[in-house]
Amino acid sequence: MDLNMDLNAPHSMGTTIIGVTYNGGVVLGADSRTSTGMYVANRASDKITQLTDNVYVCRSGSAADSQLVSDYVRYFLHQHTIQLGQPATVKVAANLIRLLSYSNKNMLETGLIVGGWDKYEGGKIYGIPLGGTLIEQPFAIGGSGSSYLYGFFDQAWKEGMTKDEAEQLVVKAVSLAIARDGASGGVVRTVVINSEGVTRNFYPGDKLQLWHEELEPQNSLLDILNSPSPEPMNI
Amino acid sequence: MASKQPENSLLGPEADSQRTLYPYVTGTSVVALKYKDGILMAADMGGSYGSTLRYKSVERMKPIGKHSLLGASGEISDFQEILHYLDELILYDNMWDDGNSLGPKEVHNYLTRVMYNRRNKFNPLWNSLVLGGVKNGQKYLGTVSMIGVNFEDNHVATGFGNHLARPILRQEWHENLSFEDGVRLLEKCMRVLLYRDRSAINKLQIAKITEEGMTISQPYSLKTYWEFSAFANPAQGAVGSW
Repeated sequence: MDLNMDLNAPHSMGTTIIGVTYNGGVVLGADSRTSTGMYVANRASDKITQLTDNVYVCRSGSAADSQLVSDYVRYFLHQHTIQLGQPATVKVAANLIRLLSYSNKNMLETGLIVGGWDKYEGGKIYGIPLGGTLIEQPFAIGGSGSSYLYGFFDQAWKEGMTKDEAEQLVVKAVSLAIARDGASGGVVRTVVINSEGVTRNFYPGDKLQLWHEELEPQNSLLDILNSPSPEPMNI
Repeated sequence: MASKQPENSLLGPEADSQRTLYPYVTGTSVVALKYKDGILMAADMGGSYGSTLRYKSVERMKPIGKHSLLGASGEISDFQEILHYLDELILYDNMWDDGNSLGPKEVHNYLTRVMYNRRNKFNPLWNSLVLGGVKNGQKYLGTVSMIGVNFEDNHVATGFGNHLARPILRQEWHENLSFEDGVRLLEKCMRVLLYRDRSAINKLQIAKITEEGMTISQPYSLKTYWEFSAFANPAQGAVGSW
């Protein structure tokens, strides 16, 4: 395994993370695979982390770096909320993440997607890739699995989707990325955030749609052999 | 995961001190020229991530104070930081409340100092900047690179623009261009960059700054031409040729 990477190429990061706005809020999605080299250290991790009641962050890249950045920002936001006297806005949360990512750009390797709902701007998604650029987007994708989704989103994304359309899009996208990216896998987790609150959803790997060259899972070969013989050909 | 150097690097440990960085999300060329009423500047809206054209709505030109316009290529996070520094500069300038305001020449000088000082500390802001503006009827157009090289001219460009746009501008620029001629000249440059720069995208903005103020166009795309017969049939002369 080659550990010396070309300095000028951006690092690819294990994970697929997605954040999408819809007409009333946001839907965040992620896979659940954490790997150390070729070994899957955790096959059911939760990469969508809470920062405040109304703001969550999708983490990709180094697990340690992304956890620490989230922890610091949660701490700052908690104090900010007390001082402000009302819920923090998504923009403030995103800017705090940016501040840490930018000032420590030499040492950190983490790409984050901040998503949430506040009463001033409604549902918002902010992407903060390597380097600490802050960019507000109608939808954002990140992690190594996202390479396989640029074309998919170019075609499938529409402005003004409903909550269910947005969630189905996210689940489909993470599922497609898992199919092709070795560093992504496991289950699909989603978090829906809107004026009414936060809803967490869980889509286990065996309940997802099958893609090209994937087969229906079986309990055993024996079941196939013992099943009634297939229909004769119609000529 | 602090050090990302190859084995033969002479850079030393990077984790303990801030040293030379590498850009992650980058913008490509900015092109600008002086015209009759002020400055015209053009830049596309792309933010590349290595070879991936990842972000397609990045505004790489921003107004600074009342009299200046800043365009940037290179690392977008460093450009965002520069905008923050300039925000502070303009704020303190306004707080004097003395009726005077920083003009483009002063802002350009400030940026030059910032870029050069960072370069001396081996911690550059990875940008090439174009600073244009008009104050008291005087037009100004300058540029600063990430190592602090700075100069002013009638037309400037960053990155690929230096190689592809400047030669066109050297031939066709003249004093007192009208707005329409200036825009057409910039579009000619941007079209060539679109054909020949891999990191260019077909979504650009043109910004104008005059004594009256600054306007930035809505994002738009340029038509491109592909109907050369040689393009349709490149192998006509010799099979397998390109």
